[in-house]
Amino acid sequence: MDVFETVKDIVVAELGVDADEVTLEASFIDDLGADSLDIVEVVMAFEEEFDIEIPDEDAEDIETVQDAVDYIENAL
Amino acid sequence: MRLKDKVAIVTGSSRGIGKEVALKLSKEGAKLIINYPFDGEAQGAQEVVKEIEDLGGEAIAIEADVTKIDQVKAMVKEVKGEFGRIDILVNNAGITKDGLLMRMKEEDWDAVMNVNLKGAFNATKGVTRTMMKQRSGRIINISSVVGLMGNAGQANYAASKAGLIGFTKSVAKEMATRGITVNAIAPGFIETAMTDELSDKVVEQMLAVIPMGEFGQPEDIADLTLFLASDEARYITGEVIRVDGGMVM
Repeated sequence: MDVFETVKDIVVAELGVDADEVTLEASFIDDLGADSLDIVEVVMAFEEEFDIEIPDEDAEDIETVQDAVDYIENAL
Repeated sequence: MRLKDKVAIVTGSSRGIGKEVALKLSKEGAKLIINYPFDGEAQGAQEVVKEIEDLGGEAIAIEADVTKIDQVKAMVKEVKGEFGRIDILVNNAGITKDGLLMRMKEEDWDAVMNVNLKGAFNATKGVTRTMMKQRSGRIINISSVVGLMGNAGQANYAASKAGLIGFTKSVAKEMATRGITVNAIAPGFIETAMTDELSDKVVEQMLAVIPMGEFGQPEDIADLTLFLASDEARYITGEVIRVDGGMVM
Protein backbone atom coordinates (compact mmCIF):
# COMPACT_ATOMS: atom_id res chain seq x y z
CA MET A 1 0.00 0.00 0.00
CA ASP A 2 1.29 3.45 -0.90
CA VAL A 3 0.84 5.32 2.36
CA PHE A 4 1.34 8.73 0.78
CA GLU A 5 -1.36 8.19 -1.84
CA THR A 6 -3.83 7.01 0.79
CA VAL A 7 -2.95 9.91 3.09
CA LYS A 8 -3.43 12.28 0.17
CA ASP A 9 -6.88 10.83 -0.59
CA ILE A 10 -7.92 11.22 3.04
CA VAL A 11 -6.62 14.78 3.31
CA VAL A 12 -8.38 15.77 0.08
CA ALA A 13 -11.63 14.25 1.32
CA GLU A 14 -11.44 15.68 4.84
CA LEU A 15 -10.10 19.17 4.09
CA GLY A 16 -11.61 19.73 0.66
CA VAL A 17 -8.27 20.78 -0.85
CA ASP A 18 -6.91 19.97 -4.33
CA ALA A 19 -4.83 16.82 -4.61
CA ASP A 20 -1.82 18.72 -5.98
CA GLU A 21 -1.73 20.90 -2.87
CA VAL A 22 -1.09 17.82 -0.76
CA THR A 23 2.68 17.59 -1.10
CA LEU A 24 4.94 15.93 1.43
CA GLU A 25 6.17 19.33 2.59
CA ALA A 26 2.70 20.79 3.05
CA SER A 27 1.82 21.87 6.58
CA PHE A 28 -1.74 20.96 7.61
CA ILE A 29 -2.34 24.30 9.27
CA ASP A 30 -0.22 26.76 7.25
CA ASP A 31 -0.60 25.30 3.76
CA LEU A 32 -3.80 23.27 3.82
CA GLY A 33 -5.83 25.64 6.00
CA ALA A 34 -6.74 23.09 8.65
CA ASP A 35 -7.94 24.17 12.09
CA SER A 36 -7.69 22.09 15.27
CA LEU A 37 -10.99 20.30 14.62
CA ASP A 38 -9.94 19.51 11.04
CA ILE A 39 -6.79 17.89 12.38
CA VAL A 40 -8.81 15.75 14.78
CA GLU A 41 -10.97 14.63 11.87
CA VAL A 42 -7.95 13.86 9.67
CA VAL A 43 -6.23 11.92 12.45
CA MET A 44 -9.41 9.93 13.14
CA ALA A 45 -9.67 9.13 9.44
CA PHE A 46 -6.04 7.93 9.43
CA GLU A 47 -6.78 5.72 12.42
CA GLU A 48 -9.78 4.19 10.69
CA GLU A 49 -8.18 3.71 7.28
CA PHE A 50 -4.90 2.23 8.54
CA ASP A 51 -6.37 0.54 11.62
CA ILE A 52 -3.86 2.16 13.97
CA GLU A 53 -4.07 4.21 17.17
CA ILE A 54 -2.63 7.73 17.14
CA PRO A 55 -2.53 9.03 20.72
CA ASP A 56 -3.18 12.77 21.17
CA GLU A 57 0.39 13.47 22.27
CA ASP A 58 1.68 11.92 19.03
CA ALA A 59 -0.96 13.67 16.92
CA GLU A 60 0.33 17.01 18.22
CA ASP A 61 3.69 16.34 16.56
CA ILE A 62 2.17 15.70 13.15
CA GLU A 63 2.53 19.05 11.41
CA THR A 64 3.20 18.17 7.79
CA VAL A 65 2.03 15.49 5.39
CA GLN A 66 5.53 13.98 5.62
CA ASP A 67 5.12 13.71 9.42
CA ALA A 68 1.86 11.85 8.92
CA VAL A 69 3.29 9.46 6.35
CA ASP A 70 6.33 8.74 8.54
CA TYR A 71 4.18 8.16 11.60
CA ILE A 72 1.82 5.81 9.79
CA GLU A 73 4.63 3.83 8.11
CA ASN A 74 6.21 3.36 11.51
CA ALA A 75 2.96 2.27 13.09
CA LEU A 76 2.04 -0.27 10.41
CA MET B 1 -43.16 21.50 8.71
CA ARG B 2 -40.21 23.07 10.48
CA LEU B 3 -38.08 19.92 10.65
CA LYS B 4 -38.95 18.22 7.37
CA ASP B 5 -36.71 15.16 6.77
CA LYS B 6 -34.45 15.95 9.74
CA VAL B 7 -33.32 12.92 11.70
CA ALA B 8 -33.62 13.22 15.47
CA ILE B 9 -32.45 10.97 18.30
CA VAL B 10 -34.15 11.54 21.65
CA THR B 11 -32.54 9.53 24.43
CA GLY B 12 -34.92 8.07 27.00
CA SER B 13 -38.02 8.81 24.94
CA SER B 14 -40.23 5.86 25.79
CA ARG B 15 -42.14 8.05 28.25
CA GLY B 16 -42.24 11.34 30.14
CA ILE B 17 -40.66 14.50 28.76
CA GLY B 18 -38.66 12.55 26.17
CA LYS B 19 -41.81 11.05 24.71
CA GLU B 20 -43.46 14.47 24.42
CA VAL B 21 -40.34 15.89 22.77
CA ALA B 22 -40.29 13.02 20.26
CA LEU B 23 -43.95 13.49 19.38
CA LYS B 24 -43.46 17.24 18.93
CA LEU B 25 -40.43 16.91 16.65
CA SER B 26 -42.21 14.25 14.66
CA LYS B 27 -45.24 16.45 14.06
CA GLU B 28 -42.91 18.94 12.39
CA GLY B 29 -41.62 16.33 9.97
CA ALA B 30 -38.59 14.89 11.75
CA LYS B 31 -37.78 11.19 11.57
CA LEU B 32 -37.48 9.96 15.12
CA ILE B 33 -35.31 7.50 16.94
CA ILE B 34 -37.07 6.49 20.13
CA ASN B 35 -34.20 5.38 22.34
CA TYR B 36 -34.83 3.33 25.45
CA PRO B 37 -32.36 1.80 27.91
CA PHE B 38 -33.43 -1.81 28.45
CA ASP B 39 -36.04 -4.41 27.68
CA GLY B 40 -38.45 -3.19 30.35
CA GLU B 41 -39.01 0.03 28.40
CA ALA B 42 -39.40 -1.68 25.02
CA GLN B 43 -43.18 -1.73 25.10
CA GLY B 44 -43.41 1.96 25.93
CA ALA B 45 -41.01 2.78 23.11
CA GLN B 46 -43.02 0.72 20.63
CA GLU B 47 -46.16 2.54 21.69
CA VAL B 48 -44.49 5.90 21.00
CA VAL B 49 -43.42 4.63 17.57
CA LYS B 50 -46.99 3.53 16.88
CA GLU B 51 -48.39 6.86 18.02
CA ILE B 52 -46.02 8.67 15.65
CA GLU B 53 -46.87 6.34 12.77
CA ASP B 54 -50.59 6.75 13.38
CA LEU B 55 -50.08 10.48 12.96
CA GLY B 56 -48.32 9.89 9.64
CA GLY B 57 -44.77 10.26 10.95
CA GLU B 58 -41.73 8.02 10.79
CA ALA B 59 -39.97 6.52 13.80
CA ILE B 60 -37.94 3.55 14.94
CA ALA B 61 -37.27 2.32 18.47
CA ILE B 62 -33.68 1.45 19.38
CA GLU B 63 -32.56 -0.11 22.63
CA ALA B 64 -29.26 1.37 23.84
CA ASP B 65 -28.06 2.05 27.37
CA VAL B 66 -26.50 5.52 27.10
CA THR B 67 -24.05 4.70 29.88
CA LYS B 68 -22.42 2.15 27.55
CA ILE B 69 -20.41 3.73 24.74
CA ASP B 70 -20.51 0.53 22.67
CA GLN B 71 -24.31 0.46 22.73
CA VAL B 72 -24.44 4.13 21.77
CA LYS B 73 -22.06 3.51 18.88
CA ALA B 74 -24.22 0.62 17.68
CA MET B 75 -27.30 2.86 17.83
CA VAL B 76 -25.59 5.60 15.82
CA LYS B 77 -24.50 3.04 13.25
CA GLU B 78 -28.04 1.74 12.93
CA VAL B 79 -29.42 5.26 12.53
CA LYS B 80 -26.86 6.11 9.85
CA GLY B 81 -27.70 2.88 8.04
CA GLU B 82 -31.41 3.55 8.22
CA PHE B 83 -31.54 7.31 7.56
CA GLY B 84 -28.05 8.28 6.37
CA ARG B 85 -27.72 11.32 8.62
CA ILE B 86 -28.28 12.71 12.13
CA ASP B 87 -29.48 16.28 12.53
CA ILE B 88 -30.76 16.51 16.08
CA LEU B 89 -29.73 14.91 19.37
CA VAL B 90 -31.79 15.49 22.48
CA ASN B 91 -29.95 14.28 25.58
CA ASN B 92 -32.98 13.63 27.70
CA ALA B 93 -32.28 10.31 29.45
CA GLY B 94 -32.16 10.92 33.17
CA ILE B 95 -32.78 9.26 36.51
CA THR B 96 -33.03 10.29 40.14
CA LYS B 97 -31.75 8.50 43.24
CA ASP B 98 -32.64 11.05 45.88
CA GLY B 99 -31.36 11.14 49.44
CA LEU B 100 -29.56 13.42 51.83
CA LEU B 101 -25.83 13.51 51.25
CA MET B 102 -25.15 11.98 54.66
CA ARG B 103 -27.08 8.91 53.62
CA MET B 104 -26.40 8.88 49.90
CA LYS B 105 -24.72 5.66 48.78
CA GLU B 106 -21.82 5.73 46.38
CA GLU B 107 -23.82 3.66 43.92
CA ASP B 108 -26.64 6.23 43.99
CA TRP B 109 -24.14 8.92 43.09
CA ASP B 110 -22.55 6.84 40.35
CA ALA B 111 -25.83 5.71 38.82
CA VAL B 112 -27.16 9.26 38.47
CA MET B 113 -23.89 10.67 37.15
CA ASN B 114 -23.58 7.79 34.71
CA VAL B 115 -26.98 8.18 33.10
CA ASN B 116 -27.44 11.94 33.31
CA LEU B 117 -23.93 13.18 32.56
CA LYS B 118 -21.86 10.39 31.09
CA GLY B 119 -24.86 9.34 29.02
CA ALA B 120 -24.94 12.78 27.43
CA PHE B 121 -21.19 12.60 26.86
CA ASN B 122 -21.50 9.22 25.16
CA ALA B 123 -24.42 10.18 22.95
CA THR B 124 -22.89 13.53 21.99
CA LYS B 125 -19.57 11.92 21.18
CA GLY B 126 -21.45 9.36 19.16
CA VAL B 127 -23.11 11.89 16.85
CA THR B 128 -20.59 14.74 16.57
CA ARG B 129 -18.48 13.21 13.82
CA THR B 130 -21.55 12.79 11.65
CA MET B 131 -22.72 16.33 12.40
CA MET B 132 -19.25 17.75 11.75
CA LYS B 133 -19.18 16.14 8.34
CA GLN B 134 -22.66 17.50 7.60
CA ARG B 135 -21.54 20.94 8.79
CA SER B 136 -24.80 21.16 10.72
CA GLY B 137 -26.41 19.78 13.82
CA ARG B 138 -28.47 20.56 16.87
CA ILE B 139 -27.69 19.18 20.31
CA ILE B 140 -30.14 19.93 23.09
CA ASN B 141 -29.38 18.86 26.63
CA ILE B 142 -32.20 18.53 29.11
CA SER B 143 -30.73 19.93 32.32
CA SER B 144 -32.81 21.13 35.28
CA VAL B 145 -33.31 24.23 37.41
CA VAL B 146 -31.95 22.04 40.20
CA GLY B 147 -28.60 22.29 38.41
CA LEU B 148 -28.78 26.06 38.85
CA MET B 149 -30.15 26.36 42.37
CA GLY B 150 -29.30 23.06 44.07
CA ASN B 151 -31.81 21.03 46.01
CA ALA B 152 -31.62 19.31 49.38
CA GLY B 153 -31.77 15.57 48.83
CA GLN B 154 -30.54 15.77 45.25
CA ALA B 155 -26.78 16.36 45.49
CA ASN B 156 -26.17 13.74 42.81
CA TYR B 157 -28.94 14.87 40.49
CA ALA B 158 -28.10 18.57 40.89
CA ALA B 159 -24.39 17.91 40.27
CA SER B 160 -25.20 15.94 37.13
CA LYS B 161 -27.53 18.65 35.81
CA ALA B 162 -25.05 21.44 36.61
CA GLY B 163 -22.42 19.31 34.91
CA LEU B 164 -24.59 19.19 31.82
CA ILE B 165 -24.53 22.98 31.67
CA GLY B 166 -20.72 23.11 31.70
CA PHE B 167 -20.72 20.34 29.13
CA THR B 168 -23.17 22.26 26.95
CA LYS B 169 -21.08 25.42 26.93
CA SER B 170 -17.80 23.61 26.29
CA VAL B 171 -19.09 21.56 23.38
CA ALA B 172 -20.87 24.64 22.00
CA LYS B 173 -17.49 26.39 21.82
CA GLU B 174 -15.80 23.41 20.21
CA MET B 175 -18.45 22.83 17.57
CA ALA B 176 -19.48 26.38 16.70
CA THR B 177 -17.41 26.62 13.52
CA ARG B 178 -19.10 23.50 12.18
CA GLY B 179 -22.65 24.78 12.24
CA ILE B 180 -23.49 22.68 15.28
CA THR B 181 -25.33 24.42 18.10
CA VAL B 182 -25.44 23.05 21.63
CA ASN B 183 -27.94 24.37 24.14
CA ALA B 184 -29.47 23.33 27.43
CA ILE B 185 -33.01 23.51 28.70
CA ALA B 186 -33.54 23.75 32.44
CA PRO B 187 -37.05 22.55 33.24
CA GLY B 188 -38.58 23.49 36.55
CA PHE B 189 -41.35 21.46 38.10
CA ILE B 190 -42.95 19.52 35.23
CA GLU B 191 -45.94 17.24 35.75
CA THR B 192 -44.90 13.66 34.92
CA ALA B 193 -45.33 10.21 36.44
CA MET B 194 -42.52 11.11 38.84
CA THR B 195 -44.31 14.13 40.28
CA ASP B 196 -47.64 12.30 40.66
CA GLU B 197 -46.15 10.45 43.61
CA LEU B 198 -45.44 13.54 45.69
CA SER B 199 -47.52 14.26 48.76
CA ASP B 200 -50.02 17.12 48.83
CA LYS B 201 -47.81 18.94 51.31
CA VAL B 202 -44.78 18.84 49.03
CA VAL B 203 -46.89 19.89 46.05
CA GLU B 204 -48.20 22.86 48.03
CA GLN B 205 -44.67 23.90 49.00
CA MET B 206 -43.50 23.67 45.40
CA LEU B 207 -46.41 25.72 44.08
CA ALA B 208 -45.69 28.43 46.63
CA VAL B 209 -42.28 29.15 45.08
CA ILE B 210 -43.48 29.24 41.46
CA PRO B 211 -44.57 32.79 40.54
CA MET B 212 -46.93 31.48 37.86
CA GLY B 213 -48.59 29.30 40.50
CA GLU B 214 -48.80 26.14 38.43
CA PHE B 215 -46.63 23.24 37.32
CA GLY B 216 -45.32 22.98 33.78
CA GLN B 217 -46.36 20.37 31.28
CA PRO B 218 -44.03 18.10 29.25
CA GLU B 219 -45.24 19.95 26.17
CA ASP B 220 -43.70 23.18 27.49
CA ILE B 221 -40.31 21.51 27.27
CA ALA B 222 -41.12 19.99 23.89
CA ASP B 223 -42.03 23.40 22.44
CA LEU B 224 -38.68 24.92 23.38
CA THR B 225 -36.83 21.84 22.15
CA LEU B 226 -38.56 22.23 18.80
CA PHE B 227 -37.52 25.87 18.60
CA LEU B 228 -33.88 25.12 19.48
CA ALA B 229 -33.87 22.32 16.89
CA SER B 230 -35.29 24.54 14.16
CA ASP B 231 -33.55 26.81 11.65
CA GLU B 232 -34.85 29.86 13.52
CA ALA B 233 -32.47 29.09 16.41
CA ARG B 234 -29.37 28.97 14.19
CA TYR B 235 -27.56 31.80 16.02
CA ILE B 236 -28.23 30.52 19.54
CA THR B 237 -25.56 28.33 21.09
CA GLY B 238 -24.17 27.62 24.55
CA GLU B 239 -27.38 28.97 26.07
CA VAL B 240 -29.29 27.67 29.09
CA ILE B 241 -33.00 28.42 29.06
CA ARG B 242 -35.22 27.88 32.07
CA VAL B 243 -38.77 26.67 31.57
CA ASP B 244 -40.02 26.95 35.11
CA GLY B 245 -42.86 29.44 35.46
CA GLY B 246 -40.43 31.94 36.95
CA MET B 247 -39.25 29.70 39.80
CA VAL B 248 -35.52 30.47 39.55
CA MET B 249 -34.82 34.03 38.49
